[in-house]
Amino acid sequence: MSDVRIDLSLIADMVEPGSKVLDVGCGDGALLALLASRRHVDARGIELSREGVAGCVARGLSVIQGDADTDLGDYPDDAFDYVILSQTIQATRAPRRVLENMLRIGRRAIVSFPNFGHWNIRAQLAFKGRMPVTSNLPETWHDTPNIHFCTIRDFVGLCDTLGAVTERAVALNASGSDIGVKAPWWFWNLFGQQAVFLLRRTGPASPP
Amino acid sequence: MTAKTNRTGKASKAPASALVDPVREANEPTSLLARFGPERPLAMDCGVTLDRWQIAYQTYGTLNADRSNAVLVCHALTGDQHVANTNPVTGKSGWWEVLIGPGCPIDTDRYFVICSNVIGGCLGSTGPASLDQATGRAYGLNFPLVTIRDMVRAQAVLVEHLGIASLFAVIGGSMGGMQVLQWASSYPDRVFAAVPLATAARHSAQNIAFHEVGRQAVMADPDWQGGRYLDGAKRPSKGLSVARMGAHITYLSEAALHRKFGRNLQDREARTFTFDADFQVESYLRYQGISFVERFDANSYLYLTRAMDYFDLAADHGGVLAKAFAGSKTRFCVASFTSDWLFPTSDSRAIVHALNASGASVSFVELESDKGHDAFLLDEPELFATLRGFIGAAARARGLA
Repeated sequence: MSDVRIDLSLIADMVEPGSKVLDVGCGDGALLALLASRRHVDARGIELSREGVAGCVARGLSVIQGDADTDLGDYPDDAFDYVILSQTIQATRAPRRVLENMLRIGRRAIVSFPNFGHWNIRAQLAFKGRMPVTSNLPETWHDTPNIHFCTIRDFVGLCDTLGAVTERAVALNASGSDIGVKAPWWFWNLFGQQAVFLLRRTGPASPP
Repeated sequence: MTAKTNRTGKASKAPASALVDPVREANEPTSLLARFGPERPLAMDCGVTLDRWQIAYQTYGTLNADRSNAVLVCHALTGDQHVANTNPVTGKSGWWEVLIGPGCPIDTDRYFVICSNVIGGCLGSTGPASLDQATGRAYGLNFPLVTIRDMVRAQAVLVEHLGIASLFAVIGGSMGGMQVLQWASSYPDRVFAAVPLATAARHSAQNIAFHEVGRQAVMADPDWQGGRYLDGAKRPSKGLSVARMGAHITYLSEAALHRKFGRNLQDREARTFTFDADFQVESYLRYQGISFVERFDANSYLYLTRAMDYFDLAADHGGVLAKAFAGSKTRFCVASFTSDWLFPTSDSRAIVHALNASGASVSFVELESDKGHDAFLLDEPELFATLRGFIGAAARARGLA
């Protein structure tokens, strides 16, 4: 399946076959379709855009129109085996609350995001003095839906704050290959263009 | 028009060339008819049991050998069983012919479609216009109050009567959507896929209020005669007509009314300084009112609006809507329309939240339309694409593809 985006393929590999999955911000349903066909999961999705939802439902996917910031609170604890947030956390209004909800309603959470600590982004800001525009993040500062960028280090910090355990973390370089497990965090943070984290909570789903 | 046959091969009567009498239609409908006696009584929520009752229905397409391709269509407040054939009373096309037929999203080449007149209705299923065997007169207000659950109970008996153990899909909008939700809640094992459109799990205070205005208009008409008008020749046409005019406004939107009529005058150059129908919108509403009374029984209107008012699915489950769908294996497709202020998107979202909380499989989309509540009955390509996708996927999951 060489036509499948590398980050989606990576996420699909993290998911146990036959599990129950919620993809938050599922867009046109590419990941859900991949998960359904390759991992035979019970795939559900939430998507903000009307066009995205209509397209997903027309493809036969179980997708509801909704908002990661407001609608995750309605799901009960442990409703899913995996809750996935693919390339969406930077567009949420309250990333911390979204991640808290994901860890509550899923036994595992998978988050992929563009790394704002990548050298190219650092260089654009440092040398041009302009907000970075890259092939990965092509919108200018006033057009972008991405309002909460973070670096890999920032994200690790948030996971620590929430007491989430990283079961697996992968950084992908600009060509989409895995940077490798041996590399130290600073190296990932500098050369990883995007990152994928598989997380689980340590405490109870909801505070008693 | 699709040939209609039931499993015994009996074809329903073709519509008469002249339009049929609605009063006669209430008892001897131009439809397939299932009659039930004391061996199959209908126990209703109000505590009354109907020992003799009947349900009029239409079918389209062919039931497959596994009896697994049946789709039940539930009609709205003033709809009827003539969903995809010429209506024998009005002579107009079926009310959902855009959706149901060969090659349509509900493809009658693939599915066996059933649509029945609701209990309490006036096109052949037992209701206030039916003959009360005990008195030899129309029931009128002696007919017991009907609920959405009673309608669904009656449909369940019909479906069983047709030898269908489980329905592939139950679909309907507005009051039809309420029946869909009730079906999924009452008979989860008999509903593979459920499509409640432009509906709510409970009728809002505002909607009850609108219904009450309509009922009061009917009852204020002296020709209503305490509901006994069918004993004579006069009908409460003025009252029912006003009720329909008021209700019709709630089915549209400001944008749709503006687009259709604006402030345009009706067949005149200037205002007449009278209470004549100067404006097109007035003339349109009057026409809607007048044409409605020719096909609908006033008492039926009272009963069916009441059934909607009483509907509150959560109340039957300790106030928790999610419990109505606990453990449901049914796959749901919920849709609302942006300009529908009678059953706004928030009502659909409440259903979706409950389904999520109960772990049910659900799709939901709010469709863009300026046509108001009536959008679910109209040619809305986005709705059709959504339904085509959902029904197609459900058919594959059921092994019907």
